[in-house]
Amino acid sequence: MEFWKDPINTIFASLLKSFTSGGMSEILATILIWLIGILLFVTFAMVLDIFLVWIERKVVARFQDRLGPNRIGPFGIFQPFADIVKLLIKEDITPVGADVIMFNLAPIFSMMSVLLLWAIMPFAPLMVGVDLNVGMLYLVAAGSIGTLSVIMAGWASNNKYATMGAFRTVAQMISYEIPMVAAILVITVLAGSMGAVGIVEAQEIPFIFYAPLTFIIFLISAIAELGRSPFDLNEAESEIVAGFHTEYTGMKFGLFYAGELLHSFTFGGFIALLFFGGHRFFGLEELGPIVGALIFIGKALFFYWVIMWVKYTVPRIRIDHMLAFNWKFLTPLAFILLMVTALVGRLFLESNWLVPALFLSNILIAWLTVEYLKSHARKEREKEEALKPSTQMTQH
Amino acid sequence: MQITQILFLIFAAIILGSAFKVVTTKKMIHAAFWLIVTLFGVAALYAMLNAGFMAMVQIVVYVGAIAILFIFAIMLTRKELLDSAAPLNKNWGVAALFGLLSFGGLYTLLRNWEGFSNKASALSTDVDMITELGTALVTPNAYLLPFEVASVLLLAALIGAVYVANEAKSD
Amino acid sequence: MIPISWYLILAAALFSIGLFGVLARKNAVAILLGVELMLNAVNINLVTFWRYNAPETVTGQVFAIIVFAVAAAEVAVGLALIISIYRNRNTIVADDLDLMKW
Repeated sequence: MEFWKDPINTIFASLLKSFTSGGMSEILATILIWLIGILLFVTFAMVLDIFLVWIERKVVARFQDRLGPNRIGPFGIFQPFADIVKLLIKEDITPVGADVIMFNLAPIFSMMSVLLLWAIMPFAPLMVGVDLNVGMLYLVAAGSIGTLSVIMAGWASNNKYATMGAFRTVAQMISYEIPMVAAILVITVLAGSMGAVGIVEAQEIPFIFYAPLTFIIFLISAIAELGRSPFDLNEAESEIVAGFHTEYTGMKFGLFYAGELLHSFTFGGFIALLFFGGHRFFGLEELGPIVGALIFIGKALFFYWVIMWVKYTVPRIRIDHMLAFNWKFLTPLAFILLMVTALVGRLFLESNWLVPALFLSNILIAWLTVEYLKSHARKEREKEEALKPSTQMTQH
Repeated sequence: MQITQILFLIFAAIILGSAFKVVTTKKMIHAAFWLIVTLFGVAALYAMLNAGFMAMVQIVVYVGAIAILFIFAIMLTRKELLDSAAPLNKNWGVAALFGLLSFGGLYTLLRNWEGFSNKASALSTDVDMITELGTALVTPNAYLLPFEVASVLLLAALIGAVYVANEAKSD
Repeated sequence: MIPISWYLILAAALFSIGLFGVLARKNAVAILLGVELMLNAVNINLVTFWRYNAPETVTGQVFAIIVFAVAAAEVAVGLALIISIYRNRNTIVADDLDLMKW
C-alpha cells in the first residue's frame, strides 16, 4: 500500500537500508542508489525510443495509405531491433581531415541534450527526477546544448554542405527559441511558477483554455526547434543531402535519428505538461502516482502523434520564408500575447471571469491577426497586379 | 576533505585548465569550444553557490547565444594561413608578466582583508529566491532603473550590430 | 565548508588568464575571448560576495544579471565590427590593423 502511494521513496528507503546494513557508509550508499536510479530511468527512455521508431514507421505508413513494417514479429514490432542491428554492423567512416574528437562528441551531445530534459519531466508529483524551481529555463538551456551539437557536427565533418546545413539549422533553432520562450513565459505568468510540478498543480482548468493561441505558437516553435517537417530544410534529402549529419554513418547517425524522435516525444510531454494538465485527467490521478505516470505518458504519445500528423501532412518551407515567418510574425505575436495575458490576468485576478476573459482576448487577437494578414495579402496582390503587363489574361 | 570541497576543486581545475587552453590554442575554433567548457564550469560553480537561476541564465545566454556568435564569427573570418601561424604575438612575455603581476596583486590585496577566510552562512529556506529576484527587478525602489537601462542598451547593440554588419549591401 | 578565499582566488586566476589572452593574442576574435573570460571572473566574484556577505538581499545577483546583458551587447557589436573589418581589409590580425584611414 505504501509502495503504491509513493513508489520512488519506498524503493529508495529499502535499498538504502539493505546497502547500509551490508556495511557501506550512508553517503556512498545514497550516491550509488542515485546512480542506479539514473541508469534505470535512462534505460526506460531508450527502450521507449525503440518503441517510438516503430510507432513512427507505422504512423507514416498509415498517413501514406500503406501498411508499414509488418513482417518482423506481430505487426512488425521487432522492426526497430532489425534497424539497430543494421546500424551497428555498418562501417564506421571518419572523413579525411575531420576533427576526430569533435566528430565523435557531436552525436553524444545531441543525445545528451534530450536525456537531460527527462530529469525535470513530472510523471507524477512524487515521480519527478528533480523538482527544479527554474525548470522551464532548464528546458531552454538544454535546447542550447542541442544547438551546440549541431555546430560541432557540421564543423567537424570537413564538408562544405555539412557546414552550410549546420549554419542554417542553428539559425533556425536559435530563431525559434524566442517565440518558444515567450510562450513559456505566458504559462509562467499564468501558473505563478517556473517549476514543472508547480505548473501542473496550478492547472485546475488546463491552460489550453486560458491561452489557446499560445498553444499554437508553442507547437509551431517546438516543431521548428526539433528540426522536423515542415521546418526540415536542413536535412532535406533532395536539397542538401543530409545537412549537418551527412558524414555520419552507422550508429552515430542512429544516435542523431533516435535523438530526434526522443526529442519529439519529450516535447510532446512538455506540451502535455504546459497546456493540458500534465498527469491530471478528471480526477483519475488520485488513484496513485503510477496511474498519473501512465496518464502522462499517454498524453505525451498523443501529442507526439500530433507532431507526426503535422510532419506528414504539410510540405516543406523554404529557409527565407521560415526565417521571415519567425521574425516578422511569430515573435511580435508572441510578445503581444504575453503583454495581453499579463494585463488581462492582472485585471481579472482572483475573479471567476478570468478564463473566459483570457479565452476571448486570445480569440480577439487571432481575429485581428487574420484581418491584418488578409489586408497585407490584398495589398501585395494589388502590387503584383499593377506590375503585370496588361495583355496577360488574369483570372481571380 | 569534504565532498563539496572535492567538487569545488574539480570544477576549479576544469575552469582554469580550459581557460588556459582558450588563450594558448592555435586553431580558433578549438579556442571557442574550450571557452564553452569554461562557461559550463562557471555555471556549475554558480549552482554550488546556491544561485540556480544564474546558472541557468549563464547556460542560456553565454553558451546558447554568445559562444555560438563566436563560432559564427570565427567561421566567417577564417583564412587558411591564419590557423597555422603562431597564436601569440611577439609581446607574449610582457603579457605573461602582466598576468602574473595582476594575480599576485589581487592575491596580496585580498589576503590583507580580514574577511578572507569567512565561511558561508546557512541560507534561510523560507524565502523563494526567484520571486525575490523578480520583484527586485521591477520595483521602482529597487532595481527597475538598471533593468530598463540594460534593455535600452541591448536595443542599441541590436540596431548597431545589424547596421555595422549590413554595410556591404548598402554600398 | 569552503572559505570565501577559494572562490576569490579562482576568480583572480581566471581574470589574469583573460588578461594574458587579451594582451598576447594576434587574432582579434581571440582578444574578445579573453575579454569574455575576464567578465566571467567578475561575475564569479559578484555572486560569491552575494552568497557570503549578503545572502538575504538580491543585489549581487541583479548586478551579475546586468553584467550578462552588457557582455552580450558588447560581444554582438564587437563581432559585427570584426566581420566588417574582415570584409574591408581581409585580415583580422590585430597587428595589421594599424591605420586609422587609408
